[in-house]
Amino acid sequence: MKFGVVRFPGSCDDVDALLAAERVGEAVMLWYADRDLQGVDAVIIPGGFSYGDYLRPGAIARFAPVLEAVSEFARDGGLVLGICNGFQVLCEAGLLPGALLPNLSLRFVCRQVWLDVISEYSPFTRSCPLGEPLSIPVKHTTGRYYAPDHGLADTQVLLRYAPGQNPNGSDRDIAGVCNAAGNVFGLMPHPEHAVDPLTGSSDGLAIFESIRAHVADRVVA
Amino acid sequence: MRARVLVRPKAGILDPQGQAVERALPALGFSGVANVHIGRLIELDVDDPDRLPEMCERLLSNPLVEEYEIVEDAGGAAPEIDPDLPWRDAE
Repeated sequence: MKFGVVRFPGSCDDVDALLAAERVGEAVMLWYADRDLQGVDAVIIPGGFSYGDYLRPGAIARFAPVLEAVSEFARDGGLVLGICNGFQVLCEAGLLPGALLPNLSLRFVCRQVWLDVISEYSPFTRSCPLGEPLSIPVKHTTGRYYAPDHGLADTQVLLRYAPGQNPNGSDRDIAGVCNAAGNVFGLMPHPEHAVDPLTGSSDGLAIFESIRAHVADRVVA
Repeated sequence: MRARVLVRPKAGILDPQGQAVERALPALGFSGVANVHIGRLIELDVDDPDRLPEMCERLLSNPLVEEYEIVEDAGGAAPEIDPDLPWRDAE
């Protein structure tokens, strides 16, 4: 199982994502200006400020050469995970429905939040403990998820902020959504920052482990 | 041609910046202000203004949450930038 983590100018959570992925498999860094995905089984678009968040977060990164390859990879059913800025990039690229708007508070929020796993039947959540919330940190200024009702099926919502935990005013407490096909997933919280009890929680590991388990099953099948 | 693109939040999209400014104005004694909305102003020189709508759809705005307005022949000139500024070299 090989993960690829895309590094843009302005990415800052790329190394954490790489180290988190390495806890469950191999991982390589991918360069934003390359079109070669190096045969990875899953792509991670990490957090940060790609292209300085100029214009809108993710607006310019979506035109980077690597995104052409990632779009094709996703069309062919490859697993793509977008975290925070990666979620913004995937929305701007049209690989995920909706958009991320400035937090209702207009402030940067950085805190540990509880997340309810809405569906465990996805390649990204299948290893999450049944019925248990996840403790994962958020840190963003532009994380208020919005999607028109007709643009998002309930089944595409994989994670919600637990009652009272919504840090940004997201529509319907949505913290993470997948595309209609189920192989592209984006979330504002940072599972890569929650992979070791030393930093308060290792609940984020379940997301990476889910991807590994899904790819392993696919190889056997 | 010098053009101007105005980008604003779509009707129905919550605009917390506009609300914050709307609350701040009365505090400074400016009463009688309502419906404040905050967007973005983009000015650019374009050879082919017919391509502006496409630019707005694909990059300058996010059509899901924003609407745009194009002002052609907006007048004025691009601000002069000192060509010796060091950051110009990086472009």
